Amino acid sequence: MHYSTENNEAGIMPTPAEMEAIGQLMGEYASSGVLLSGEGVHPSSKGARIEFSGGDTRVIDGPFAEAKELIAGFAILEVKSREEAVEMAKRFAAATGAPRIDVRQVVEFSDFE
Amino acid sequence: MSSPVETLEVVWRLEAPRITARLARLVGDLGTAEELTQDTFVAAPQRWESDGTPNNPAAWLATTARFLAVDLIRRRDVQRAKYQTIANGIPVTLDPDEGDSDHPIGDDLLGLIFMACHPILSPDARSALTLKYLCGLNNEEIARAFLTSKATIAQRIVRAKRSLAAANIRFELPEPAERNTRLASVLEVIYLVFNEGYSATAGDDWIRTDLCQEAIRLGRMLVVIAPEHTEAIALLALMELQASRLRARISPAGDPILLMDQDRSRWDRLLIQRGLNGLGQLAKRGGSSGSYALQAAIAACHARAAKPADTDWTEIAALYDALAQITPSPVIELNRAVAVGFAFGPAEGLDVAEPLRSLPVLKDHHLLAAVLGDLLCKNNDHDKARQEFLRAAADPQHPRTHRDARASRVMLGTRSASAVRSGGA
Repeated sequence: MHYSTENNEAGIMPTPAEMEAIGQLMGEYASSGVLLSGEGVHPSSKGARIEFSGGDTRVIDGPFAEAKELIAGFAILEVKSREEAVEMAKRFAAATGAPRIDVRQVVEFSDFE
Repeated sequence: MSSPVETLEVVWRLEAPRITARLARLVGDLGTAEELTQDTFVAAPQRWESDGTPNNPAAWLATTARFLAVDLIRRRDVQRAKYQTIANGIPVTLDPDEGDSDHPIGDDLLGLIFMACHPILSPDARSALTLKYLCGLNNEEIARAFLTSKATIAQRIVRAKRSLAAANIRFELPEPAERNTRLASVLEVIYLVFNEGYSATAGDDWIRTDLCQEAIRLGRMLVVIAPEHTEAIALLALMELQASRLRARISPAGDPILLMDQDRSRWDRLLIQRGLNGLGQLAKRGGSSGSYALQAAIAACHARAAKPADTDWTEIAALYDALAQITPSPVIELNRAVAVGFAFGPAEGLDVAEPLRSLPVLKDHHLLAAVLGDLLCKNNDHDKARQEFLRAAADPQHPRTHRDARASRVMLGTRSASAVRSGGA
């Protein structure tokens, strides 16, 4: 999961050079067979936030808070270890300039057994 | 902050196949490419300890490997030039500095996998080379995965490399006309690796079940690097759909669970979605009536059914019919009997299954007996059904658990040919 930049939140699309770098990296992920899926999301101004407390639902329209606290996109990779995932994330940062990336493990059924 | 050695281990695991592939293209043969890959790996910790871990370790390894290859080619050229000069007075040189930009890494990997899966090698040797060079497993891991000794695998790999060298198999991308045949050999190896993992049971070493992941990873790689081959898409879809049920098919006690009895909420939705998307892509590109595509379509029928009663057995019966046309086999026929039984009733199923009694390979086989017993039972012929079930139980060929596991696969109607292959019937 990588976090937003001011540009992401302002809805500024990546430049052709940036797109090229991202495309190349995604191609590398894909040709190593690790990429399951990957998406970028629009600025939070197009989104909504649902807050639920005490049985009440509240819908808040975007934009939300600070860019650096928002998700800009994610990729699901199937790798063998946390270290491999970290290495892949480093490459993503280097290719895209994403200021912050969180690596998280997807919960699977085997985790309950 | 991780140490240079830790970083190297991770990056190595990720990069070794690409580095070997690049080197194989540059130097031509697998043995030399492997030696240079090793040299690169050995050079790294010394340099990284003194100069610090490079910012881009993957690029560092690639560049170093290239230097080593160029150096070797230069030395070879000098040698060759000497002989050439003597022979006809014209020195020959290779341009080792030509850039890599004209050579997509995908083509290098494709050339490497074609070499590892070369038809002159036995299927065992092909899977060992593929796991070693394309998946980056070491001999010990491959040995554990195939339930054999490290020495056996080491020997198998050495022999395979020797065979390749003896037949002068060089790195090459075969001409389009030849590619389909060569690719079929690659797909066969990938599916073999997958089934090896699929047949692993709960008590087995994790590395065995990991073979499914390795095979799927190879499949994903192949659809990217050989996009013109629709059969690769079909095989990937098949593997993803089958793997979606990996977690659901074994009980906590380690017993196999029949497909119809599986908890479908435990099926992996992401894999199912990917498998179905793969089949969608295939359809858009004109479809395929190959064996993998048909098997994938059968698996998709199960995957689409939210509950067992929703299963489109008519479609499955038709797909088995088509499969029997292109790869006739007793087991496919048996699966067809099961599907027909579900689709059109037990009497119709028996019409397909009964004639199989005349086949020597199935005559006394518990799989046939179990299917017949099931159909007879549904047809209210309980006496005959009991006889069949007793016959199934009496088959002395295999220990009980294995027998059940394989019987279930046929009942599932999805694992056709491989069930007999891995069952050694």
